[in-house]
Amino acid sequence: MSTAAPTFGPVKERAVGIEERQPTGLRELLLDHPRILISLSLLVLLAVVALLSPWIAPHNPLLVDADNPRLPPGPGHLLGTDELGRDVLSRVMWGGRISLPVAFVAVGVGLIVGGVTGVTAGYRGGATDLLLMRLVDGILAFPALILAIALVAALGPSLKNAMIAIGVVQIPVYARLTRAQVLQLKSLDFVTAARALGASPIWIVARHLVPNLLNPLIVQISLSAASAMLAEATLSFLGLSAPPPTPDWGFMINTGQSFLVNGDWWMTVGPGAAICLAVFGFNWLGDALRDALDPRLRR
Amino acid sequence: MVPTAFLVTVAVFLLIHLTPGDPAAVILAESYTPQAAAAIRQDLGLDKPLPEQYLFYIVRMFHGDLGRSVRNKLPVTQAIGERVNATLELGFAALLWSLLVAIPLGTLAALRRGRAPDIIASGLTVAGISVPNFVLGILLILVLGLLLRALPVGGYIALGDSVPDNLSHVIMPAVALGTFGAASTMRFTRSSMIEVLNQDYIRTARAKGAGAWRVVNRHALKNALIPVVTIVGLQVGAILEGALVTETVFSWPGVGKLAVESIFSRDFPVVQGIVLLSALSYMFANLLVDLVYAWLDPRISYS
Repeated sequence: MSTAAPTFGPVKERAVGIEERQPTGLRELLLDHPRILISLSLLVLLAVVALLSPWIAPHNPLLVDADNPRLPPGPGHLLGTDELGRDVLSRVMWGGRISLPVAFVAVGVGLIVGGVTGVTAGYRGGATDLLLMRLVDGILAFPALILAIALVAALGPSLKNAMIAIGVVQIPVYARLTRAQVLQLKSLDFVTAARALGASPIWIVARHLVPNLLNPLIVQISLSAASAMLAEATLSFLGLSAPPPTPDWGFMINTGQSFLVNGDWWMTVGPGAAICLAVFGFNWLGDALRDALDPRLRR
Repeated sequence: MVPTAFLVTVAVFLLIHLTPGDPAAVILAESYTPQAAAAIRQDLGLDKPLPEQYLFYIVRMFHGDLGRSVRNKLPVTQAIGERVNATLELGFAALLWSLLVAIPLGTLAALRRGRAPDIIASGLTVAGISVPNFVLGILLILVLGLLLRALPVGGYIALGDSVPDNLSHVIMPAVALGTFGAASTMRFTRSSMIEVLNQDYIRTARAKGAGAWRVVNRHALKNALIPVVTIVGLQVGAILEGALVTETVFSWPGVGKLAVESIFSRDFPVVQGIVLLSALSYMFANLLVDLVYAWLDPRISYS
């Protein structure tokens, strides 16, 4: 038994934390915290626009119209057209179909790989812990974006490789978060009790540990979705994500930049605003969720 | 630190082996001939067994030899060295900007907690971490550069050539690069300041009749800034990360731009060198933070 002698101070504190984490209904959560509601609505709106873009976009995002390049915003093209005469608004709407899924897949990779690593390291302890966490430290030793760019440069620029690279960069934060939580939780009485009753480690992790991990993870998922969006935008701005002519926010800004000197601002401002809104939405949601779910910040 | 440094060198060394297929073919692309490929393989030592390659890589590294650029045959260290000054200047200016914004605003937000300045500052914080530096850079180019014609839209003038020109060129990239850091430093300064302001010794200072200015300057700020050092240190380490994009936006001839150029010309030795450099400087910055931390706060000791 690896459980240390009970020390009343910290255990009591933790127990309070667990008690307060009793599930509240989604409705109450949204009504009590308007910030969550607003930021969530913003994100849902962006997702819906991206999802429905094949039906609601005014033009075909790939349709080249050589007669009407670089038209300023006007009735026919609300956000103008780009250097090939493609409708900027339609491209911005379709762009969400690239950027948002990339963020989700990357966060999924980070969450699953990092979560499994962290839970295993925290629960097993000893040499396993040491080995796994050294590997995580290895990833952390690199500035995140540099690592992602290096990975994409080595694997070859493509959407899939961008997702992988951004996902790899997300691993450490999940590994550390879940490990710390598991270390704290596994010494609590209810885990000891489950173990005494003969529960297998997998059962303990799935039934007793994971539910208690959810709150901090939800906050982290939102915040890392924001950073994944930023990373994807950056990679695609550098031309290391989806290849043209895919409508992709970052790369649209890249091409639009060369036409800034002519005063053609609309090619960059539309996709720029879309990136900012999405990242802002996730950051805001993460902040609001943290205030709502973290009992230590509740005042 | 040493095991991590070891891991870093292994990872950087293996980077080229991640390339699907033959790295020589990837580097050569269209100009592929079997002879040229063999030459590149020999050049990069790819024809030897992996452990031997690694050993070779490490030995050369300790001799300050990171290989030669595939593109122009320049030693990697020289290629990077030529660009380092521009990046250092940009990084320094960005850091200066972020501290000048973050510390006064963060302190103000803490002092006026829950009131207008605090709310404005927290709005700016979320905005600051949500606007990618290249989007901010382009907005600055658009407004300050093209609309108002107040600042040059890009390029670099060496400090030795003309000081005013050098400074006018560095302002926009520095703001674009430093704002993200400013936002997180501001948030940190605020929460740390709030914590310090609740301490007994601050109450004592107030009770003794010290004015608000004196309480903040003489008593609170110094202690509040200790944790801020951590976050600033991490930013220094990550400057190169942001520089990659900012330098591209503003045609700033630094290491970041070199990295992007090298990726596109498949100049793997240079990419490897820059990744290694950035990881090592990031680690070094972290180490420095730990040391400065202990020096600032005598309660902390590393045993």
